[in-house]
Amino acid sequence: MKIIEVENLRKQYPKHLAVDDVSFEVAEGEIFGILGPNGAGKTTTVECVAGVRAHDGGTVRVAGLDPRTQRDELRHVLGMQLQSAALPEKIKVWEALDLYASFYPDPADWRTLLARVGLDAKRDTAFKNLSGGQRQRLSVALALVGQPRVAVLDELTTGLDPQARRDTWELIQQVRESGVTIVLVTHFMEEAERLCDRIALIDAGKVVAIDTPAGLIARVGGEQRVRFRPSAPVDDSLLLALPEVREVTRSGEQMVVSGSGNLAPAVTLALAHHQIVPGDLRIEQATLDDAFLALTGRKLS
Amino acid sequence: MKLLFVEAKLHLREWPFLMFTVGLPLLLLIVLGTSIPDFTKVGENGERFVDTQLPSMMTLLSLLTLACSVLPAVMATYRDQGVLRRMSTTPVHPGRLLGVQLLINLVVAVVTVVLLIVAGSLFFGSSAPRQWAWFGLVFLLGTAALMAMGLVIAAVAPNGKVAPGIGSAVMFPLLFLAGMWVPRDVMPDALRVISDYSVAGPFAQALKDTWQGHAPQLIHLVVVAAGLALFGGLAVRLFRWE
Repeated sequence: MKIIEVENLRKQYPKHLAVDDVSFEVAEGEIFGILGPNGAGKTTTVECVAGVRAHDGGTVRVAGLDPRTQRDELRHVLGMQLQSAALPEKIKVWEALDLYASFYPDPADWRTLLARVGLDAKRDTAFKNLSGGQRQRLSVALALVGQPRVAVLDELTTGLDPQARRDTWELIQQVRESGVTIVLVTHFMEEAERLCDRIALIDAGKVVAIDTPAGLIARVGGEQRVRFRPSAPVDDSLLLALPEVREVTRSGEQMVVSGSGNLAPAVTLALAHHQIVPGDLRIEQATLDDAFLALTGRKLS
Repeated sequence: MKLLFVEAKLHLREWPFLMFTVGLPLLLLIVLGTSIPDFTKVGENGERFVDTQLPSMMTLLSLLTLACSVLPAVMATYRDQGVLRRMSTTPVHPGRLLGVQLLINLVVAVVTVVLLIVAGSLFFGSSAPRQWAWFGLVFLLGTAALMAMGLVIAAVAPNGKVAPGIGSAVMFPLLFLAGMWVPRDVMPDALRVISDYSVAGPFAQALKDTWQGHAPQLIHLVVVAAGLALFGGLAVRLFRWE
């Protein structure tokens, strides 16, 4: 079942066209990523979906609701974490959750939620004394406290250190396991690749492609490279005989094998056949960055 | 209800606010009243300076601090930091937060006035406002007009740090026109005419009149009500949630 349907969304600001033509559907229980460079229209798109901003053209439905005319009903099914929204400086963590829980008729138990986002120990800490990662986790908790069916998370891990980022990713996966559909806005390809079931690549207010991360990468040809240092001399023809291999080059002692498909297993198997061990084995694959570059002619970040 | 409770707690945590809105007027009344001999001498109009002039000025000081500094600082900060925007994604409209803030400011103002009356009676044996019903009406009307003005300041201030600065620029002229340093009775005519239209001036006069036991003058009520309508309208037009 499609819980979010967006068709030909358009949003014009006084000075520029933020969203030109965006369409996508999100299935219930999915983590759907919206990936694109800064200024591509990602945030405007999700703000229109969440009813925080009114769109000028196209149709948007969230659980069958129109965000423009049924804002109040929408607030009960959709929780949102906004890119640059905060809380009063001196509000304590538990007070914020308790307060936001009171805004909904059937809220989640905020004590459980507090434990789930790992802020138990920060219960009585004021908002201004939380670290960036802790604020983001509180923000996720606030987006979930109304027991929404859809949670929109905008640039959740921007500005976080790698550890905090990984913790947040884990949290998002847990949230999905509880059945909440997640729309994740990001400009980190690693984040999108790791978390999302499907991704919409957006550039200049338009959808460039929608696919699974693997599907998007496969579109750029699926070229892979395997680098290793063989334990004994290898004849090029040995590897070139494999259907997966396209090219073999050498740089010093290192061999670089390019190709596609199940390249790495095929190469290592062939080497093993001749009792050769590939030392310092490294596999290089195309990334979402490459996919974005191939699809738009521009780099993602 | 919980919103009111939490916002009230947050207000109390900003204790310097209360020092200026409750503590300072109260302290000034007591210190000035006990240290300046002239303030406790019976004047030509048959009453002492500490009876109505001083407490009505202190009431105005508290109200103007609330309306020009506290309210704009809180609301502009909430807008600036995205607190209002965050709330607009929940089923509760951020307008509720504004309503709660106004209510909290009103409560602080009422507490201040009650304390001023109690202190006046304890220290100087002054009597409470004799026309208490009129006094209450004037108080509510004037408070509403000043709060509306405070919301206009919050609306035009670019952020929560600038808001109190703009507020001070508005507050001190108004305090002067209300008679804080030169009582309205002894103002030169030209100045009193300006004072008559400054909203704070007629408000102060009406407070004093009702404190003394007279009915307020209609013209004063009309000017204050006009101020409420003007600033209220402007606030509705100008106030931004994000």
